[in-house]
Amino acid sequence: MSRPTADWLIRLRQNTGLASAIALFLAFYLFYNIFHPKGFSTPVLVQNADEAIALAMVAMAQTIPVLMGGLDLSVGAVMTMVNCLASHLVIGSPLQIAFGIVTCIAAGAAFGFANGCIVVYGRIQPIITTLATGAIAIGIALFLRPKPGGKVDEDLSWALTNSLSDFAETYGLFDGGKAAWFQPIAWIPAALVLLVLVILLIWVPFRRTVIGRTIYAVGSAEGAAFMSGLPVDRAKIAAFTLSGVFAALGGLFLAIQTSSGNADLPQASAYTLNSIAAVVLGGTSLLGGSGSAVGSVFGALILRVISFNFRIFDIPPLMQSLVEGLILLAAVSLGGLRVLQVKNRLELFR
Amino acid sequence: MSAALEKPARFALGPDDKPIVIASAFIILLLVIGTAYTLVTAGTMTLLSPNYLLQQLQIGAFLGIVAAGMMLVILIGHIDLSVAWTLAASAMMATTVGGPWAIPTGLAVGLAVGLVNGLGVAYLRVPSMIFTLAVNAVMRGLMVAHTGGFAPQTAATDLMRFLAAGRVGGIPMAIFVWVGVSIVIAVVLKRTVFGRTIYAIGNREAAAYLAGMRTRGVIVAAFAACGMLAGLAGVLLAGYSTKAYQGMGDAYVLPAIAAVVIGGANILGGSGRYAGTVVGVVLIVLLNSVLSIMQMPEAGRQIIYGAVIITMLLAYRSGRVHQG
Repeated sequence: MSRPTADWLIRLRQNTGLASAIALFLAFYLFYNIFHPKGFSTPVLVQNADEAIALAMVAMAQTIPVLMGGLDLSVGAVMTMVNCLASHLVIGSPLQIAFGIVTCIAAGAAFGFANGCIVVYGRIQPIITTLATGAIAIGIALFLRPKPGGKVDEDLSWALTNSLSDFAETYGLFDGGKAAWFQPIAWIPAALVLLVLVILLIWVPFRRTVIGRTIYAVGSAEGAAFMSGLPVDRAKIAAFTLSGVFAALGGLFLAIQTSSGNADLPQASAYTLNSIAAVVLGGTSLLGGSGSAVGSVFGALILRVISFNFRIFDIPPLMQSLVEGLILLAAVSLGGLRVLQVKNRLELFR
Repeated sequence: MSAALEKPARFALGPDDKPIVIASAFIILLLVIGTAYTLVTAGTMTLLSPNYLLQQLQIGAFLGIVAAGMMLVILIGHIDLSVAWTLAASAMMATTVGGPWAIPTGLAVGLAVGLVNGLGVAYLRVPSMIFTLAVNAVMRGLMVAHTGGFAPQTAATDLMRFLAAGRVGGIPMAIFVWVGVSIVIAVVLKRTVFGRTIYAIGNREAAAYLAGMRTRGVIVAAFAACGMLAGLAGVLLAGYSTKAYQGMGDAYVLPAIAAVVIGGANILGGSGRYAGTVVGVVLIVLLNSVLSIMQMPEAGRQIIYGAVIITMLLAYRSGRVHQG
């Protein structure tokens, strides 16, 4: 008797978390641009993008272990470690720079791989494993950079932290960024393009592989995934490895943005905690099995845009933590209201 | 080892005892290494002097009290990331109020935060990881607003100073407080319905609920106790350093979790003995102290700290039959 529900409506219902994260972000960001004296302009967008990308990457890094029902307390530390490594390596001739970038990403991947191996073969819980390996990563970072400093190639730093036209101009692409067809997209921040490329080239294909699907399956019901013959162990190792890659990309971008390396322990833990908050705001279940890295990116953007709003309204930055905490509490408590609808309390124990 | 499996040992250790034995052995190893180092470099045996050991226990008391509360929460299969600013908030409010009401205020703040955590986790069923994280951010914001972002000028009361830094018969008072807390927690966990329910919830909450246990009340109580112990640690720490300061609790969250886990408790809840947590605290404090005596740079310390946690847990796992 009931009418068939429209396809897009079903998809929306399946992705309520992601949709509300996007809506919340757009609302906050619109608000910000309306009240910003130079709102809706490229410089503002570029600056915002530069400040948000590292957290967005780290939030993606956090998402994958969370999807599996685990948690990675080392993402901020791995980001810091790669940040310090990049401040040594990403400089010199183009070949050296390329080598440096590859080495940085490989370092993150290797660290994540080690995390995965300890979790799978050592049979230690992810949260404890990464608590310990996070300390090791900070130690390596401090070893690489006992004091803040170092340098990153200036051209690269300039090109990636500005708009696409600056990027093209720096490397002499598209007639130095003057090509007619290039003009409509020349205003887009290069960092934003980088983020979208990472999502499209790494996350989306990965999610569609057997390993990617296995990660979701492990998060829903590990026993069932194992019984179905899915490669559970390989998926766990791959999840942590990819998490390491994303954290490394975050650290690499932080190095490019700040043009230095800094083994800052409070900053590392702030990134780790913010990444968890971003994952939750992005609609990923901390119990595992549902959500996506794209949602976490928007979760990270929400966290960042809150602090942008603080700046233009001249609210003392001291209040920021309070407001962030209240928004997070409100978001998770709203999700908790479903408890009121549950008729059988046994359904709650999962 | 296969030989051990064939012939049952005379003094068979329970699965919960093995971590405690290994961790204790590691503590002795630390003392031996440290003593050997000081013998070679300075020709003294500082580490074995009663004064040094008492001092370590005094420093360990703060972490020990936080870890005791953290253990209750970990045993029910949750985690409390809000202890950092619960601790700081209690210390700040205690010094702000001052006078005879300083300590009750500090404990009440901790209790209140713990109750909020417990209600959110037990009734709204928000994962504790994120709920306590958000509460931590809120407490931090409230305290920064309260103090303006600077270290509060108010000082700890004399009683707080006495409890944290005073000595009775040569033994620091903080150790007595820690011992008192430890006895209460150990008895509660072992001998009371509340304590047994904590283990039952950690093993399988649905089964505990079906067995007629008041699971929600116990979860709230466990978080409340954890908050109050964090508050107590904050009051003591403010007494030890004569005042409260920003971020004073930040150095206690992850070490407290590490101490509980090194003591053999399962991070997913349901198993672990309180004695293990005490041993874990002593191990962490002693490790830090020995490394600083050896003048190990921060980089090396962090790496060793992480490596020790991993190695200890791998050692607990080895020889154990595959678990489902």
